[in-house]
Amino acid sequence: MTAEELNELIEQEVEANKLFVHSINVCVAAGCLSSHADQTLDALKKEVKAKGLDKEIKVKGVGCMGLCAAGPLVEIRDASNAAQVMYQGVQGEHAEQVVASAGKQSVQSLVCDTSIPFFAKQVKIVLENCGLIDPERIEEYIVAEGYRALQKCLQELAPTKVVEEVTKSGLRGRGGAGFPTGLKWATVAKAQNKQKYVICNADEGDPGAFMDRSVLESDPHRVLEGMAIAAYATGANRGYIYCRAEYPLAVKRLKNAIKQAERVGILGQGIMGTTFNFTVEVRLGAGAFVCGEETALIHSIEGKRGTPRPRPPFPAQSGLWGCPTLINNVETFANIPPILRKGGAWFASIGTEKSKGTKVFALAGRVSNTGLVEVPMGMKLREIVFSLGGGIPDGKKFKAVQTGGPSGGCIPEQFLDMEVDYDSIAKVGSIMGSGGMIIMDETSCMVDVAKFFMEFCKSESCGKCVPCRVGTSQMYDILCKVTDGTATPEEIAMLEELCDLLKSTSLCGLGMTAPNPVLTTMKYFRNEYDAHIQGKKCPAGVCKIKAAQEVLV
Amino acid sequence: MSSISAMPAPPSSDKRWKLVDAAIKRHGRAGHSLIECLHTMQECFGYLDEQGLKYVATALNLPLSKVYGVATFYHIFSLKPQGEHTCVVCMGTACYIKGAPQILAALEEKYGVKPGETTKDNKLSVLTARCIGSCGLAPAVVFDGDVGGKMVSSDALKRVEKWMNI
Repeated sequence: MTAEELNELIEQEVEANKLFVHSINVCVAAGCLSSHADQTLDALKKEVKAKGLDKEIKVKGVGCMGLCAAGPLVEIRDASNAAQVMYQGVQGEHAEQVVASAGKQSVQSLVCDTSIPFFAKQVKIVLENCGLIDPERIEEYIVAEGYRALQKCLQELAPTKVVEEVTKSGLRGRGGAGFPTGLKWATVAKAQNKQKYVICNADEGDPGAFMDRSVLESDPHRVLEGMAIAAYATGANRGYIYCRAEYPLAVKRLKNAIKQAERVGILGQGIMGTTFNFTVEVRLGAGAFVCGEETALIHSIEGKRGTPRPRPPFPAQSGLWGCPTLINNVETFANIPPILRKGGAWFASIGTEKSKGTKVFALAGRVSNTGLVEVPMGMKLREIVFSLGGGIPDGKKFKAVQTGGPSGGCIPEQFLDMEVDYDSIAKVGSIMGSGGMIIMDETSCMVDVAKFFMEFCKSESCGKCVPCRVGTSQMYDILCKVTDGTATPEEIAMLEELCDLLKSTSLCGLGMTAPNPVLTTMKYFRNEYDAHIQGKKCPAGVCKIKAAQEVLV
Repeated sequence: MSSISAMPAPPSSDKRWKLVDAAIKRHGRAGHSLIECLHTMQECFGYLDEQGLKYVATALNLPLSKVYGVATFYHIFSLKPQGEHTCVVCMGTACYIKGAPQILAALEEKYGVKPGETTKDNKLSVLTARCIGSCGLAPAVVFDGDVGGKMVSSDALKRVEKWMNI
């Protein structure tokens, strides 16, 4: 597809939409779909047709609007794409009211107030198209400035300039570790091999994280564009998206997006009339958490057991089938098109000194507004939980925020005024991780939470290195004893020793970070450990204390 | 790649093998497509049986030990058949702290099955998932592929009961 053809396509799409006075957007991402948004969409389409309004009102499925808990969400927009109203909990039976309200008085009983901080305080870069465009139509992505960044790169920028721009943006890997993206790209670009690969890590394994899922389901073309730019910048011509099999809808939309992009010549051979070639293939994960680790992921794409290997060599030097390979996470790639469109300096103007741009967080657990939010780096944790998240429901008391999944830790109340970025979260013993934030209140027992994560790590350990395979198992056994009320102080000392051992001797990130939930809970909630061990009781009333039960008998 | 022998004959005349064959051929019988092929086989048959694993091993020119190693490494692959219906309780962090363990306990109490087990009449398999990414609707339970959000034990039991009475 040449630049002229791209413009032609945009004109056609704009022309086709000209007649519509309103559009009714129905969220068809996984969250709302499980609240039966598909039935809502059908009912609205039927209603519009029945009323003979199908020339004036366009009904379409769009990506995630964020507030999953209130789904299915429906938004009415006017011809200039300005929002009239957002409705929540819209079922098929509401179709008549909703359609009748387009451009008129809104249905008060269904209104979802978008002036609340949950919506108002967000800054959207990654999610800018989510909830606005139909993820199953490439035309809508293109009209929303899609593939312009790729076009600009191919026509105006040398690959080294693209890498420079990404470096200038200060973007850091959104998968968790926060490695500078520009540096990674530069390393792969410098490698002399003829064959190089680009891999998108969409194996979002952290329980409690669903940002990548939402991006893939809501705006798949943006990820493809980011990958294509990365391939151009690093000299790769093949790409793989390693996606969890647990996300069937994301896989379906990705495959559909790839087909469409190939059809119009945005992927394939001789892209946009240049000599640049790039093809992308989706590979399914199969439910192994360790495959989020890059060397394990590479093994899995090669069709092997997903076990990691020692680094160096890093994948940037020797990755997939021994060739230099660039691996970035979904959200990292999704940040690339706007960075190239608006410039690295623009991106670097958002966020904190060392963490630039925005971060998408998945709010879940004991918080009023569960869903996805995108905020600038450096927003205070308190603001995210209590202002955007709406605080703790049912009058309960806040206890901790768990970030980073099984590799992260529990952040207690005393750090609520911390500015959220990579470095400040690391300072308190947790990690940014991919962006899952589980809020816990007084009904959660922190020892039980530590045990929950240790069970996870024990079962997900690939078994290749001894510290992780045996250590997680031993730690889990001790934590079981703590929650039973049968642990001794010596065993707690051993638990601490094991934390240190796993951290310093495990082969990969899984084992090295597995102690984090234990370390942070022992540090900030020591009183709860003591209550189980000495007081023989669980303050939150979650754990079944053996000793106490025996005494009762 | 070393020279590839002729494509073996499928284990039976079951038409579903045609789909597995198509997956094998789509990737040119390359060994790295093993996981993709196992996914297709599980989608077609619900689980991976021994003769199927042997067939895939021969077709992809891989040792059976390697195929078995991969099939047992990944949680999604099941080497035993599932019941007529499956109820997958998400045990991700958000679901866990919002009551997923209670749902599992209720299912166990009523039907006598622990996670990973199937009822004796083969009607129901109860499974757990690490996280299905529906954290905004925690706790979530997947009933035969249909995600139910904000579940409480009684809702889950009601949905399952419908299957059991047929």
